[in-house]
Amino acid sequence: MARYFTDEHEWIDVEGDLATVGITDYAQEQLGDIVFVELPDVGTVIDKGKDAAVVESVKAASDVYAPISGEIMETNDALEDDPALVNTSPEENGWFFKMTIGDKSQFEGLMDAAAYKSFCDGL
Amino acid sequence: MSDDTEDQIVEIETLPLDAWHRKKGARMVPFAGYHMPIQYEGIVTEHGWTRSQAGLFDVSHMGQLMVTGETAAEELEKLLPGAIASLKPGKVRYSLLIDEEGGILDDLMVTNATPWIDGDEEAGTEGHWGEPAYYLVVNGATKWDDIAHLREHLDDAVTLTHMDEHALVALQGPNAATALNRVMRNVIDDMVFMESVTHDFGEWPLRITRSGYTGEDGFEISVPAEFAESLADRLCAEIEVRPIGLGARDSLRLEAGLPLYGHDITTETDPVSADLGFALTKRRREEGGWMGHEKVMKVLEDGPAQKRVGLAIEGRMPAREGALIYSGDKQVGRITSGGFSPTLERPIAMGYVDTGLAKEGTELEVEVRNKRLPAKVASLPFVPHRYHRGK
Repeated sequence: MARYFTDEHEWIDVEGDLATVGITDYAQEQLGDIVFVELPDVGTVIDKGKDAAVVESVKAASDVYAPISGEIMETNDALEDDPALVNTSPEENGWFFKMTIGDKSQFEGLMDAAAYKSFCDGL
Repeated sequence: MSDDTEDQIVEIETLPLDAWHRKKGARMVPFAGYHMPIQYEGIVTEHGWTRSQAGLFDVSHMGQLMVTGETAAEELEKLLPGAIASLKPGKVRYSLLIDEEGGILDDLMVTNATPWIDGDEEAGTEGHWGEPAYYLVVNGATKWDDIAHLREHLDDAVTLTHMDEHALVALQGPNAATALNRVMRNVIDDMVFMESVTHDFGEWPLRITRSGYTGEDGFEISVPAEFAESLADRLCAEIEVRPIGLGARDSLRLEAGLPLYGHDITTETDPVSADLGFALTKRRREEGGWMGHEKVMKVLEDGPAQKRVGLAIEGRMPAREGALIYSGDKQVGRITSGGFSPTLERPIAMGYVDTGLAKEGTELEVEVRNKRLPAKVASLPFVPHRYHRGK
């Protein structure tokens, strides 16, 4: 399994033809207490860079963009009852959705863990 | 003066407690032209701490003004619709600056700060009240415009002083009095909500006012900038007290149903529509003589087209400022403040709706990202006030 990161602070786990997407620990730290997550409907086809989800903190709503193009296959129902999972386990149990991977070349230009860490250190 | 806001955005200033906040681990953000602490541990934790213990807020971005002179009350009554002349020394009143069109320029707290001058026993002189003085606390984002407005309209016989060498902190929560009483024995024992005293604590000359913006019992303390860190340290040494950021201040005031200038009240809203009719004193309504009187009285007589209300929103998805309010297919209003209530664990909002729909319990809908959420008009405050009003 490979993990990639975007400069919009999403992480993507790739397993076969399926990508699992969430937001990074850095992102949840910046957003603060998360009280609601709006997830896309299963079956939605989303283009890379388009709105895929919305994360609501006490203060504000923030968009989460699709890091790649594909079809939403599954969403994390656990976030409905416990949106704070994004704060407590952002890069594991707090995942947002799983989507198909249209074209593997989309991963070119994304960061690995080390590159993402130095990216955040520079912010 | 209208360009000042833009200048401030470019040049962000540093307030007396800036280094103190950073040392305490605050996340600082630009707000009203200053670097301000938005949060320390997290909004929900800080919000809960204030509701159960006592939170210390830095509100030094707000404007502290002093208006002095024999005719200060009469002069202020030209610009404020509240009864200033009958406000006794040491008493505080909520009031509004209103423009010629009846719109709200700012909301503010007015304290009669007239000093008592002690007599000299040896010389056989009695004590007496000094020159009339009124202490005003105005919003941070509007203070420069307020000062310009006051300078333009107040007679030269009164003096306006901007106390920009003073910091302002607010200690808020059910244990605020316990903590402050321990620090400053006996100073606040007899004080009730909307009373103000001056107190020399060692070398710190303080003004302590029993008021705040969270709905909790609490105090606002004005302190010369040079002593601000010492005061903040001294208060935070108490077990009940933690520093709290502006993020929680906003969620607390929303639960308390208190309007925020620039959002729930603006020059586009008048005091009647904003449900702030209590700030229009009976004598002043009848006598007039204040800017905007005719326009405001017309709204009062005709009834406002829209009214500020609370909204309880179904589900967990918050509706924010700007979200449109519907009754069936008809747009009937707009949300002016909205968010998630940490105390009630559900979304709450304030906004304006057509007066006919302002009754508590009226079922409406709010549009968020093209979805309609069911909402009900709710009575304000969402969380009961716990002001200390005495016996």
